[in-house]
Amino acid sequence: MKLVSAIIKPFKLDDVREALSEIGVQGITVTEVKGFGRQEGHTELYRGAEYVVDFLPKVKVDVAIGDDLVEQAIEAISKAANTGKIGDGKIFVLPLEQAIRIRTGETGNEAI
Amino acid sequence: MTEVFELQYALDTFYFLVCGALVMWMAAGFSMLEAGLVRGKNTTEILTKNIALYAIACVMYMVCGSAIMYPELGSTFLVGIGGNGVEGGDTYAPSADFFFQVVFVATAMSIVSGAVAERMKLWAFLAFAVAMTAFIYPMEGRWTWGGESVFGMYSLSMVDFAGSGIVHMAGAAAALAGVLLLVARKGKYGKNGEINAIPGANLPMATLGTFILWMGWFGFNGGSVLQTSTVDTANAVAVVFLNTNAAAAGGAIAAMVLARILFKKADLTMILNGALAGLVTITAGPDTPTPLLATLFGALGGIVVVFSILAFDKIKIDDPVGAISVHGVCGLLGLVLVPITNADATLMGQLGGAATIFVWVFGASLIVWAILKAAMGIRVTEEEEYDGVDVSECGLEAYPEFTKG
Repeated sequence: MKLVSAIIKPFKLDDVREALSEIGVQGITVTEVKGFGRQEGHTELYRGAEYVVDFLPKVKVDVAIGDDLVEQAIEAISKAANTGKIGDGKIFVLPLEQAIRIRTGETGNEAI
Repeated sequence: MTEVFELQYALDTFYFLVCGALVMWMAAGFSMLEAGLVRGKNTTEILTKNIALYAIACVMYMVCGSAIMYPELGSTFLVGIGGNGVEGGDTYAPSADFFFQVVFVATAMSIVSGAVAERMKLWAFLAFAVAMTAFIYPMEGRWTWGGESVFGMYSLSMVDFAGSGIVHMAGAAAALAGVLLLVARKGKYGKNGEINAIPGANLPMATLGTFILWMGWFGFNGGSVLQTSTVDTANAVAVVFLNTNAAAAGGAIAAMVLARILFKKADLTMILNGALAGLVTITAGPDTPTPLLATLFGALGGIVVVFSILAFDKIKIDDPVGAISVHGVCGLLGLVLVPITNADATLMGQLGGAATIFVWVFGASLIVWAILKAAMGIRVTEEEEYDGVDVSECGLEAYPEFTKG
């Protein structure tokens, strides 16, 4: 099992969610985050004082996924979240040691 | 002047000024309502639009708007305003007259800011505000409350007590012209005809704004009696306050019940719009109905506004706060209901006035918006719309997180 963690532009959330649905993913967790990669922020003025806005709003999508679906998930997310412009985001794949469904106690692949 | 007359003059001037201040307070109501119904990333811009348009309205109406609408009050830059109202037959100071009128201009203009929210360029909007408050509104004001004929061709016989048509429907007509040229927000309407919800960021503020507008409306309608220092006018003022309140209550309940029926839940934003719809509906004639009829008229407004909001979305006219439905559709409804309780009004007279106001304001606004669109563009870029207009147009976040320290 893997945890696929994608950081995407906020307005792409619906597209990514749909794309994951299409490959059979049944649940995701979404967090609002801020961050930057190589997309630079910009400088603004507040009451005459300069401040740098480094952190841009993004959305993090976490999906627990079976090993067999990982490649498809990466492709689905990449295609759905891509705009071609800087700041599209990144996908990280982390090993997932265990998963448990709280209601029934199922573990492993049955839980995701 | 007798002492009693002096007292009357003082009381009526005071009353007029207090009512004007209440209507000014409606600017805060609009600001809060609109800020609550847009997304967090677009909040600063709509607040900026609201305070700036209020200021622009005050200045432009002083510069030339008032001279167009009420030439006998003073010429451009209010030169010549002064003296005692009694010389013109009024029991209030001329400056109080201007003060009361100018806050109405601001109200009409602020209706536009909600409908074009989240995707319009700030400075294009402010440029339009100059045109609307200096010229477009004063012209139709001139033909109605000003009593002048329409370009010398015909005179209107419309009865519009506090401005359902003259202020509210006019503002909505200007908004509609802008919205048609601006088109919908990105993501509002899907490829297959879906209508996507774009929830507001702050419903407490939206509710606060509605309550502030409700209270301010007592000045809007109550002040339009123009006097309170005789038994008759004092009675009229009391009736107007009562009916105004009743209509808002009727509108809120009707919208709530209808939302429950249509959507299975009482939608707060529809209830807020319903209360305002009730207020707009009664504004054309708050003095003549019985309290029960005022409540029912308001309830009718509350029902109409819900259907109107749904209908506009069906034809892909994106109005984030429902301004065109609340002020335009219910403004017209208010005008049409007046003959039911007011023998001085006829349906044809009401419709003639409504048509004149709508055609003038919509047409003139469309021309101004089109010129602005060609000259400077009225819509922000797609990138700016996704990032939020607060960042691109104002350089300020309304809800900043991640500050240093």
